[in-house]
Amino acid sequence: MSGNMNLTLKVWRQKNDKTRGKFVTYQANGISQDMSFLEMLDVVNEDLVRKGEDPIHFDHDCREGICGMCSLHINGRPHGPKQGTTTCQLHMRSFHDGQTIVIEPWRASAFPVIKDLAVDRTAFDRIQQAGGYVNVNTGGVPDANTIPIPKVVADEAFESATCIGCGACVAACKNASAMLFVSAKISQYALMPQGQTERYSRAQAMVAQMDAEGFGSCTNTGACEAECPVGIKLTNIARMNREYLNAKIFKEEEAH
Amino acid sequence: MSKSRHLLSSSLGKKLIMSLTGLFLCTFLIVHLIGNLQLFYNDQGKAFNDYAHFMTHFTPIRVVSYLLYASIVIHAIYALVITIHNRKARPVKYAVYRGSANSAWNSRNMGILGTVLLVFIVTHMSNFWWKYHNDGVPYIEYRTDLATQETTVTELIGDEYTDYVKYIDNDVEVIKAKDLYKQVQFTFKNWLLVAFYVISMAALSFHLIHGFKSAFQTLGFDHKKYAPVIRFLGVWLFGVAIPIGFAAMPLYFYFSS
Repeated sequence: MSGNMNLTLKVWRQKNDKTRGKFVTYQANGISQDMSFLEMLDVVNEDLVRKGEDPIHFDHDCREGICGMCSLHINGRPHGPKQGTTTCQLHMRSFHDGQTIVIEPWRASAFPVIKDLAVDRTAFDRIQQAGGYVNVNTGGVPDANTIPIPKVVADEAFESATCIGCGACVAACKNASAMLFVSAKISQYALMPQGQTERYSRAQAMVAQMDAEGFGSCTNTGACEAECPVGIKLTNIARMNREYLNAKIFKEEEAH
Repeated sequence: MSKSRHLLSSSLGKKLIMSLTGLFLCTFLIVHLIGNLQLFYNDQGKAFNDYAHFMTHFTPIRVVSYLLYASIVIHAIYALVITIHNRKARPVKYAVYRGSANSAWNSRNMGILGTVLLVFIVTHMSNFWWKYHNDGVPYIEYRTDLATQETTVTELIGDEYTDYVKYIDNDVEVIKAKDLYKQVQFTFKNWLLVAFYVISMAALSFHLIHGFKSAFQTLGFDHKKYAPVIRFLGVWLFGVAIPIGFAAMPLYFYFSS
């Protein structure tokens, strides 16, 4: 099989968040360039299972870049060396024969390791539950498109809503800050007329939950934007700051 | 929705403090540079020494100067608090971390650059501010004939100087002042200090290239049309013009002595 690669993997193995982890070296031989990174790990795991060893645990679900489940810090970058891709969209042709690949989990105190490369990202769920929703009245289903929304606003909100919540922003940030995620989630509602009712209490509640989860503070390095697989922009963070400061300082009646 | 914390104890509140104190310090730099350009006048320090007296004795400016000292301290303390908090947010470090792939060096090392600047501020204030306020500088008298604009200069020793005076007598303007200009000349004969000043201004440049635009981002200012103006000012005014202007002063005195 010409074009196949032999790789050395240094994989973080950790039993659970109570124990200390360590790197274990594996050989991945005969890897096709057309495999995705996760398929490469599947091949390594099949080998481990055959040997009776514990397979490497890693998160994955849709394997087409829309669910936000896959993670992995590959050779010092979240989702590997390519921009604008998730790990499942990363192909082995981005690596070369004989290369050593270091694979680590997302590292943040708010993302404790479940096992090996899988981390617990329910902190994001709790932030979302704190305010990332809109209230709707019960009753008959309203007609579609009855609320006028300018196209540019709809587009901007949609761009923010494309965040898949994978946590690459936290993984890339030197401060393990979740502000790109939180700001995208605040923005997608703050921009839309449907999100106005809870607009100011939402910004306060989601930022408070973010702080409570133990994420770091943004220092505007822009690493999150550069590594985001779906291209969430830094302007969301500026909008979140605006929403939050506005709520805290000028919206007295809604201040928490 | 859960109860949120008080503004200033939240992560965004702490960033707000950093950005406001930082921007205030930026405005100071403009005033400080323009004032100190008088060092380049070829008048044996007359304009500069007169200006130094004004800046240390005019009440509104003294009030602002205390705000300035407070801003430096608050900016440094909050930086430390936020840095410690950020370190805690990632207790286990990455074995491989390629920060250069996604962000600029200076944006990731504001703390190191800021520490250089803090050491510089302490050095700079002990070189000039402390000596000026604690009789550590010589005294000088300028007598300017207002008709011919000719100035004669006398060094004052011991009892000859009691306090700053400025008056006109028989068409001759007399100024007796602390000679901070001479202190500047003297200080910048030391090449080690000159080198440290120049290195510090390089640190200032990199600190502000990130810091100035970052402060506006933190305040929530991101505008399609005007944010590029902020970025331009951050790079060319605060990152290039101001540090070069300041660095020129020690170099000028070192090479002209």
